[in-house]
Amino acid sequence: MIDIVLALLSTAGALSILFASIGILRMPDFYLRLSVTVKASTLGVGLLLICAAIMFPDVSVTTKAIAIVFFLIITAPIGAHMIGRAAYFTGTPLWKGTIADELAGMYDEETHTLESEEEERDKGDAPNIAETEEETK
Amino acid sequence: MITLEAYFDYVILPILSISVMLVFIRLFKGPAVVDRVVALDLIITIGIGIITVYSIRSDQQVFLDVAIILALIAFLGTVAFAYYIEKQKDD
Repeated sequence: MIDIVLALLSTAGALSILFASIGILRMPDFYLRLSVTVKASTLGVGLLLICAAIMFPDVSVTTKAIAIVFFLIITAPIGAHMIGRAAYFTGTPLWKGTIADELAGMYDEETHTLESEEEERDKGDAPNIAETEEETK
Repeated sequence: MITLEAYFDYVILPILSISVMLVFIRLFKGPAVVDRVVALDLIITIGIGIITVYSIRSDQQVFLDVAIILALIAFLGTVAFAYYIEKQKDD
């Protein structure tokens, strides 16, 4: 019985990690790749660690596995936010089919602070959308 | 009857290895630096999963300590890369 549970958990974890890696290879844009990767890989590694926590009959291993899962869930969004912000500042182009870029012109180029007034929107420059598919591939 | 050990050895670990290979293609190809940073972060995260499966298979719970350290290093590396990439634009 416990073997079936472990097999199911590890299969779900490995498959979601596989989907994350296919996503980072196939998605057309840096921002789409980021959004695919972080969530799916955190879920997959979390399921594998829960598998280890069930497998070992020891409280210390369970504590360690829960600590790793907690740490991953806390830190993965922070890292993804930081790297996405850095990519937006350095001018990584958006995908060709992007419809809306709400952030275009809202960031101060010098101080990197975010403006939130509506009138700032009008004098903002155009969103950085790629002309061709090859630009972001 | 398939045992759980054989299942880990012949299904789970190959899937994880193929995932690492696919991410390596993006690490070599990635047009911008940020693509490579995300690919490196994903490789380390998959490495945590591989270490976990290996510690289950070899019945060595000490390997989970390595997974904790790797999770720390992945987070610090991503944040440091993001910080310096953002700084680099200013100059």
